[in-house]
Amino acid sequence: MSIATRSVERGDSSITVGPPDHNNRSRKRRQFTRRRAWTILGFLAPSAIFVTIFTYYPMLSGSQMAFRNWNLNDLSNTDWVGFNNFIEIFANADFWGVLGNTVLWVVGSLIPQFLIGFALALWLRRRFFLRGVYQAFIFFPWAVSGFLIGILFRWMFNGEFGVINDLLLKTGLIETPIPWLSDPHFAMTAIIIANVWYGVTFFAIMILAALQSVPDDLFESSAIDGAGKIRTLFSITIPYIRATLALTVLLRIIWIFNFPDIIYGMTGGGPAGQTHIVTTFMIDLTQQGNYGQASAVGLIVVLVLLVFSTFYLMAMREKKEQ
Amino acid sequence: MINRESVAGRIAKFIFLGTWLIITLFPLYWIVVTSLKSPGMIFKFPLEYWPTEISFDNFIGLFSKADFGTYMFNSLFAATMTATVVTLISLLAGYILARFEFKSKGAVLGAFLVTQMIPAFIALGPLYNMMSDLGLVDTRGGLIVVYIAISIPFSTIMLRGFFANIPDALEEAAMIDGCSRIGALFRVLVPVMLPGIMATFIFSFVNSWNELFLSVTLMNSDSNKTIPTALNGFITSFNIEWGPMAAAAVLTVIPTLVMFAFASKYIVQGLTAGAVKG
Repeated sequence: MSIATRSVERGDSSITVGPPDHNNRSRKRRQFTRRRAWTILGFLAPSAIFVTIFTYYPMLSGSQMAFRNWNLNDLSNTDWVGFNNFIEIFANADFWGVLGNTVLWVVGSLIPQFLIGFALALWLRRRFFLRGVYQAFIFFPWAVSGFLIGILFRWMFNGEFGVINDLLLKTGLIETPIPWLSDPHFAMTAIIIANVWYGVTFFAIMILAALQSVPDDLFESSAIDGAGKIRTLFSITIPYIRATLALTVLLRIIWIFNFPDIIYGMTGGGPAGQTHIVTTFMIDLTQQGNYGQASAVGLIVVLVLLVFSTFYLMAMREKKEQ
Repeated sequence: MINRESVAGRIAKFIFLGTWLIITLFPLYWIVVTSLKSPGMIFKFPLEYWPTEISFDNFIGLFSKADFGTYMFNSLFAATMTATVVTLISLLAGYILARFEFKSKGAVLGAFLVTQMIPAFIALGPLYNMMSDLGLVDTRGGLIVVYIAISIPFSTIMLRGFFANIPDALEEAAMIDGCSRIGALFRVLVPVMLPGIMATFIFSFVNSWNELFLSVTLMNSDSNKTIPTALNGFITSFNIEWGPMAAAAVLTVIPTLVMFAFASKYIVQGLTAGAVKG
């Protein structure tokens, strides 16, 4: 508030008719709101400063690189090139393969994660002996970085000395070792298995929390009505927690889409680039120094996720209104 | 207890939960076993599921042939500093976002959430350029500053959830008694929500401890490497030496495993509070 307006207000107050303490109170309130504004500002400032300088600035400046000829190998010419980087990416046959892989990676990881996570949550809802310990144990994958998970599974899926082939051979499920990481199809399967192993816990936790918000009488009354377990699940439990389920799935889709760590540690996108998803592809471009195209891929990812999230949320809302 | 479980149901539950537990723990078991085998034993058929002779050579080699102690110290230092500063800063921001209503609140929350959705790699190149202009490339401080920035949004949202569970009356009473707002926050609220604060601290500690791509980008010299960067170095060399790799993996996982085991209950609370209510 400027000094001029303040003095006008003070001037006004002298001609105000009415109880004097009213005026006093409103000044106090103004003082209070001003102090409140400073508190909000002061408490938020440190985080705002860090996030603006070290997250937003590089992100925005990375976005503009998508429209420039930005290559670390030749910095003599960093001109604006419009949509050239995007055109080159769309003309690159590899990119479409990468996009296909990304969809496979997201859908292939999400569905088993969801189903196993849901089953775990249903069975963990009721208390049992050592349930807390069990929960702490299945939390284990979360303590490991995605990159290290990639390495662990790379070792277990090793074609010659890997324990997974050994177990499969011993149980008689296969007769010759599977070249897990040197065959594109098997490699894709292997990275998805690793991701499922990692991601189930998240679903289990979120769905369990949602299930615990369902009032017990709801289950009981449905049991009295003679509804079977399966029917209770589909006609009572799932509709009740639908909103949480939908949100959890959306967050997961965004997250798996953006999650290169396991692949980076496990196959590095190989064999012959066959397990690249958009974000590992982006890392590859960055490591080649091709910042312009890498940024363009990044913007495409953001756009795709934004459009997808919008449609997804709209579809959810429509269903709710029906 | 009306819908009691049938015997068959209980057996199915037991088998399912048991199988998943084994699947979850097996990779940990296998990496520990691998780390305790001598190089000759690792590549020997038939595979031994429990090593007949235990060797600590892989662990010893990490410290004598490589500088693993330095990497561990660097990681510990970065993660501790980051988690401490992030928890303090996010405590302030989370408090405001939980207690105050103001016009731009939605925008602030939105700005925090967006950072979680954009692929971080879009920022890697410019971040490197900026840090090199600031003279912060290949310095411990530089890495920590960046870790702080990327950890703040999530920690703030998590702490906001914990604040929302505590009644306003608590700090109002303290403020009427003459406490300043910041005094009320630290003297009255912090002790009450200590478990939530610990969970936030551990969460950002573990994330920084595990972080790879930023540290690979920003740290060049061997004496500044963190553990994940060192592990990455083990890979890019022509052949992976699985013995030392397994030993390094075990040393990396143990601290975070212990921390998560203690805090898992509160981390779960922090993660689910917002999602289920909102």
